[in-house]
Amino acid sequence: MTDEATTTAAGETRGYSVDNPAPVIEAPRARRAKTPRAPRMNFEMLGWLFMRLSGIVLVVLVLGHLLIQLVLDGGVSKIGFAFVAGRWASPFWQAWDLIMLWLAMLHGANGLRTIINDYAERANPRFWLKMLLYTATVFTVLLGTLVIFTFDPNIR
Amino acid sequence: MPAGTLYRGREGMWSWVAHRVTGVLIFFFLFVHVLDTALVRVSPEAYDDVVATYKTPLVAVLEYGLVAAILFHALNGLRVIAVDFWAKGPRYQKQMLWTVLGLWIVLMVGAIYPVLGHAAREVFGS
Repeated sequence: MTDEATTTAAGETRGYSVDNPAPVIEAPRARRAKTPRAPRMNFEMLGWLFMRLSGIVLVVLVLGHLLIQLVLDGGVSKIGFAFVAGRWASPFWQAWDLIMLWLAMLHGANGLRTIINDYAERANPRFWLKMLLYTATVFTVLLGTLVIFTFDPNIR
Repeated sequence: MPAGTLYRGREGMWSWVAHRVTGVLIFFFLFVHVLDTALVRVSPEAYDDVVATYKTPLVAVLEYGLVAAILFHALNGLRVIAVDFWAKGPRYQKQMLWTVLGLWIVLMVGAIYPVLGHAAREVFGS
């Protein structure tokens, strides 16, 4: 049964019942007829694993970022175009920021996807909230990537 | 209350709630933060103008809140990983939460001067 089953043509939600079940989230360890005995991998399982692996990397990248931007060398007072230009002159900090951007956006987007799945029970808001989330995520990741790669210290 | 529902309303549930709330707040900040950084492709002046507002006392307080959210999410995230992957993790989840909160308080005290110092000097004079 699909999500659409919970919504009438007029967009109203009926109470869930045997004939009209709530939307189903694939269980991380769900088994199917053709699931082999040993390794069980599906999208939700990969998402679960990604949250933990990216989380460990993000602890280092984000706390390092906070230390540099808000604590060391005068804290937030030193930040300006010149400071950004100085840091992005180095491929090391470009790579740091690029990896942090991608991991943080995907980690955050997957977290919000989970929250939408948990709380948006009606099919239409559920669908459109996720579309909004995915659009904002793709836009932000691409914009940030473009900015890092095309940064020009002599823009003026 | 039926047996087996002690998770509800206890440390496990509240840390889960706090993890969600801080996660959402951080994600929304990240979205804005990428947009403001993108101003470096407009002009140095446009970027510096926006960053100037980040140096005001009011935003310094918000930055302190952001640091609070990120530190909790990071430390509790490591606890979640320990609960999931360490054999004794579930047994010690409460002790690990109190460790997380203790570390969080220490780091938040340490962040007062670096994050709020410049705002205090501006408000109260140096």
